[in-house]
Amino acid sequence: MERIPILRMGNLLLVTIQVDMHDKLALTLQDDLTAKIADLGAKGVLIDISSLEIVDSFIGRTLANIASMARVLDAQTVVVGMQPAVAITLVELGMSLPGIRTALNVESGMEYLQQTTSPDLSEEADVDRED
Amino acid sequence: MAQVLNVIQRNQASLLTAWMKSMQLGIRRRDLISEAELQSQTEEVLATICSVPAESPLDNLNAAAWQSLREILASLSVSRASQGFTPSETALFILSLKSPVFALVRQQSGNDADQLYASITEIDSFIDKLALLTTDSFIHGRDQVISRQQEEMLELSTPVVTLWDGIVALPLIGTLDSARTQIVMESLLQAIVQTNSRFAIIDITGVPTVDTLVAQHLLKTITAARLMGAECILSGIRPQIAQTIVHLGINLQDVITKAKLSDAFKLALERSGRTVTRIEKTIRPNQ
Repeated sequence: MERIPILRMGNLLLVTIQVDMHDKLALTLQDDLTAKIADLGAKGVLIDISSLEIVDSFIGRTLANIASMARVLDAQTVVVGMQPAVAITLVELGMSLPGIRTALNVESGMEYLQQTTSPDLSEEADVDRED
Repeated sequence: MAQVLNVIQRNQASLLTAWMKSMQLGIRRRDLISEAELQSQTEEVLATICSVPAESPLDNLNAAAWQSLREILASLSVSRASQGFTPSETALFILSLKSPVFALVRQQSGNDADQLYASITEIDSFIDKLALLTTDSFIHGRDQVISRQQEEMLELSTPVVTLWDGIVALPLIGTLDSARTQIVMESLLQAIVQTNSRFAIIDITGVPTVDTLVAQHLLKTITAARLMGAECILSGIRPQIAQTIVHLGINLQDVITKAKLSDAFKLALERSGRTVTRIEKTIRPNQ
């Protein structure tokens, strides 16, 4: 069965969607991702949808759901690289996805996640000292 | 049937003089068209009428015989439209042919009242049809001018400018309608992707009115930009428009708004970790 790979980078999870999403694939991703977050205790999830060209209301809702589920599991979600056409479609469908953080590209998304997720106490202390 | 046409064809020269004279009595726009040009146009139209076979039907303008006359009148009306004539002035050009032709027919038919009536009815409806044709072509020409200008305006209306590395601005000028907003939205989102900009400033100083529809379009654009990971700042809201927005009950709570473009730019610079400072220079007097 087709699956979307979920990569682990430290305490972050990286998902790159490079195929057309269909409903079943989206639900599989939702299952896999929530399981992975719980297993690894991930603090951040980055979903790259820059190759996604077609989106419908179901996929939009699934993305919102994934973000909410990750929040419940104590992980921040950032959706990066949304194409203009996809953004326009979602807005026209009335889905402004208010709960989702967005970023222009993987780089700025990673930057945001690293800023917001520093659960390690020693790391936080480092940050404090730098300040 | 075709007697009238025959009469016209036999008296082409005298009719031309009479037509020119009749036009001078009516409205003549010396500022828009020269005497010589008018004369040549009149000659051309009359010559075309005279060149058709004498037995051509006067009651059917769509007949093949009238093809060239229709074309000449159409192109003439279109040029009148672009020269700035009014529709009635353009129609009068043809309608002023009536009285000279009536006079001619009266002269030819002598005391035969029935024949005179028949001829005049025939030629009257013929010239009316020509006048309607010119008016139709005139309005068609106007429409073409308007649609061309609309296209040009659409092309001009969406300049996305880069203010700084990672900051783009979209100065909107003119009324926003659905078609324009669609183009504005697309070009802004395209520019955000191309320039990799985290901040987009939409400046509505040049938008004369903001109603619920325009506000909705703006909100859609801002939401779409947010979905792509860029932050939108709305600037250039005039006091009057601020009042309208509140009276209409439009919710701009989730949107960052600034009064001036410079304020918005400053905020974008601050959020991207930059500041603008004035460099103190020691002023040295010229030696």
